Amino acid sequence: MRRDIFQAIADPTRRAIIALIALQAMTPNAIADNFNTTRQAVSKHLRILTECELVKQEQQGREIYYSLQIEKMKEIDKWLSQYRKMWETRFNQLDNVLSTIKKKKK
Amino acid sequence: MNNLLFDFTVDKTAKQVYVTKEFNAELPLVWDAFTKQELLDQWWAPKPWASKTKSMSFKEGGRRFYAMVSPEGQEHWSIQDFTSINPTTNFKFVDAFTDKDEVINSAFPSSEWDLNFSEQNNTTTVKIIIKHKTLAALEQIMQMGFKEGFTMTLNELEILLQQLKK
Repeated sequence: MRRDIFQAIADPTRRAIIALIALQAMTPNAIADNFNTTRQAVSKHLRILTECELVKQEQQGREIYYSLQIEKMKEIDKWLSQYRKMWETRFNQLDNVLSTIKKKKK
Repeated sequence: MNNLLFDFTVDKTAKQVYVTKEFNAELPLVWDAFTKQELLDQWWAPKPWASKTKSMSFKEGGRRFYAMVSPEGQEHWSIQDFTSINPTTNFKFVDAFTDKDEVINSAFPSSEWDLNFSEQNNTTTVKIIIKHKTLAALEQIMQMGFKEGFTMTLNELEILLQQLKK
């Protein structure tokens, strides 16, 4: 099954996890403390986020810390910006078409 | 640049894209620019691409069959099926990618478009809502070749993170 960043952000709990670990690396237990779900549920979300390469794990002593792969997050914004840019270009062209028509009418 | 509004927002949860734009022109003219093929072809494709409409029947149940043509002459064919038309305030269509023989390519998910037109003080506002089946579908559209250089700013990342926190 294909995993990508869009799947990662499709779920509200995963979005909340992303927001949490964006500030600091956290252990699964510390993350789970913020939710009313089971640790298993949080683990599942973390697994999906890891598979989407949106978070990375780091072993520190006996604990595993999860942190956000900020570069991956930028990817989302990058293609959204490209889409926005496309609309901007398109509308600039329409502005020109409209002003040409208006001048002809005068 | 002018001071006419251009707003682009994405609701990732609802998989909807909202595009709002003001135009310095009266409503009937803007309506025509969105619904007449000879006008559409002048602006629909972002440069350096060109829009080439092969056929267009602007009525409910009608279809626009057109291509985005790359500078190298590569053609990406699409259709827009008009599902509802209320002149000159609203029209809706469903789009899909096709081959040059108008056969729908189901590998690319279609999206629903809802376009609203209103005028105030000689300024026409167009509000477009594009509903995608998945956000990944949007990514596919981008990969069709509309990529342009873009420099990510930390500010935008911050906004994105703020949105994610909500």
